[in-house]
Amino acid sequence: MEPFVSHTGVVVPLDRANVDTDQIIPKQFLKSIRRTGFGDNLFDAWRYLDEGDIGMNANERRINHDFVLNAPRFADGSILLARDNFGCGSSREHAVWALAEYGFRCVIAPSFADIFFTNAQKNGLLLVVLPEPQIDALFSALATTVGFSLTVDLRGQRIDGDAFHATFDIEPERKRLLLEGMDDIGLTMRHADAIRAFEAAHRERQPWVFREGV
Amino acid sequence: MAGRTVYDKIWDAHAVAERDDGLTILYIDRHLLHEVTSPQAFEGLALAGRQPWRRDANLATPDHNVPTTNRAAGIDGIDDPVARTQVVTLDENCKRFAIEQFEMTDVRQGIVHVIGPEQGATLPGMTIVCGDSHTSTHGAFAALAHGIGTSEVEHVLATQCLVQRKSRNMRIVADGDLGAGVSAKDLILAIIGAIGTAGATGHAVEYGGSAVRGLSMEARMTLCNMSVEAGGRAGLVAVDDTTIDYVHGRPFAPVGALWDRAEEYWRGLKSDADASFDREVHLDASRIVPQVTWGTSPELVLGIDEAVPAPEAFDDPAKRELCERALDYMDLVPGTAMTDVAVDRVFIGSCTNGRIEDFRAAAAVLDGRKVAGSVTQALAVPGSGLVKQQAEAEGLDAIFKAAGFDWRDPGCSMCLAMNDDRLYPRERAAATSNRNFEGRQGYLGRTHLVSPAMAAAAAVAGHFADVREF
Ligand code: SF4
Repeated sequence: MEPFVSHTGVVVPLDRANVDTDQIIPKQFLKSIRRTGFGDNLFDAWRYLDEGDIGMNANERRINHDFVLNAPRFADGSILLARDNFGCGSSREHAVWALAEYGFRCVIAPSFADIFFTNAQKNGLLLVVLPEPQIDALFSALATTVGFSLTVDLRGQRIDGDAFHATFDIEPERKRLLLEGMDDIGLTMRHADAIRAFEAAHRERQPWVFREGV
Repeated sequence: MAGRTVYDKIWDAHAVAERDDGLTILYIDRHLLHEVTSPQAFEGLALAGRQPWRRDANLATPDHNVPTTNRAAGIDGIDDPVARTQVVTLDENCKRFAIEQFEMTDVRQGIVHVIGPEQGATLPGMTIVCGDSHTSTHGAFAALAHGIGTSEVEHVLATQCLVQRKSRNMRIVADGDLGAGVSAKDLILAIIGAIGTAGATGHAVEYGGSAVRGLSMEARMTLCNMSVEAGGRAGLVAVDDTTIDYVHGRPFAPVGALWDRAEEYWRGLKSDADASFDREVHLDASRIVPQVTWGTSPELVLGIDEAVPAPEAFDDPAKRELCERALDYMDLVPGTAMTDVAVDRVFIGSCTNGRIEDFRAAAAVLDGRKVAGSVTQALAVPGSGLVKQQAEAEGLDAIFKAAGFDWRDPGCSMCLAMNDDRLYPRERAAATSNRNFEGRQGYLGRTHLVSPAMAAAAAVAGHFADVREF
């Protein structure tokens, strides 16, 4: 997993509450056997005017120019600004995979849905919770400043931009994992010696669990 | 030391370490894999340059979207290209990572939760996981078994461990004898009806009492299978002679001196007399009648002698709304006797009721009878190739076919309709599977969950019927 230390990027405003994972990545794309390849279908039903399906060439689709991701000024966006309860609905991890593959490193919102929150953490996508007034201030700044960008500094727990400064909370364990780019597997691997020692003792106690020669 | 439950004992025997955040790293003995939830996990493993921690812990088989006809054609017999890709991918991944797989044409292939126990890959005291929520089935063997997500599948492949928070202990005690024509399916549906679909949330459920002790292993698997429908991640039954007898002689089970050692250990897998449970529920099994669900959640269930309820019957406004939505989706009128509700299709199979006893129970009802002319299709889908073989050796297939059933090849089939076996819009099914959610068995399809004997009775009558009168 890519570590998250500090990131500066263009902010994309998505001014809707309760954006669910069905909107983030529609169900027809879940038939895929890959963890990658979802970036082109992020917000598929909003981003394109035709109905998307697995294997379609994005360059041949009809673009919805009214959707914020398609505006040229947000083409390089890497920080998503959203409203309440972002990521609600189904537990599909594909939603996080799609956001990350598109190029988002961070989502800022007043609140996030539970499972989405866990899935984001597992994939190194930083979710920042800010109070409503600060979210409003960011939306106004975006409305008036073209190319508005922010620097999200995880170590200092700060967000800074043109005339905008805020601090945010994050649990120490979650912060550490993100800073080190440590995924759950990597974290468990740190206990590899303990697992090996346990396994050896377990093999003594319950040898029938192990199938030799397979 | 305070008394421990079966769950406590298995947990303690597998706790590797505690993390700084208080979560436990739990060692996993057995990992079952299938084609739908494993591809991204294998991809992740490959991208990170990792290898499976312990190959022999894993066992794979395609089950969710394999066709139930023309099995001899193998993968070439799968028409849907997306489904075929998933099965081919499982094949490739198993070869690449040297994981044992029962391929589509292997007689041992079947639904993961049927083949694990059948092979003795499921043993008492084990921790068992699979990327499928009905992994709770294996708890019938006093194993700690539950479903996991795709990231966790990768985590188990890579580390042989899972990061877990311990659940609370719950005990459901069913005393008294189940009546004639009443099965483990009726017992679990009655339990879910009583405690609700969130009744066991956050708990590991141990089933006990004389009714449970009297159940066969197949029946205990049916019981534990649907623990997840009551919100419990895991369900367990303590070890007794029934458990030991079932496991003995299975291909993956230990033999000789090792068997003796194992048996001694397994016999200790019962809750101590002074163990305490956070929650206990008691039921009189002798009062349970054959059950049939009427709504779009397993807790919306009735005795076959009852009538469809009205929304006013529920005090809780949320329940009332659920009832209204269910009546609408299921196209049922309050006050209708369940025995007056006609069925279009009948499905006998799935990880809940796809074992040999299930087909015996249904065949006993079907013997000498015919499926009603009004029923469009009646499907019998064995849970594994070996279940199919056994049923055929007993002549059950002949009874099913003579009655007018389709006798199919093993797989999940109409349980979730990822292959061609499905309900068409507004069709009504009597199904022995475990979920009656909207669209579960096909877009706008209507599912009523019942036992195998009750499904057979509905097939013959053309509507739901009380199997005790057959
Ligand atoms: S039979 Fe149904 S519930 Fe069981 S594993 Fe297959 S799809 Fe899941």
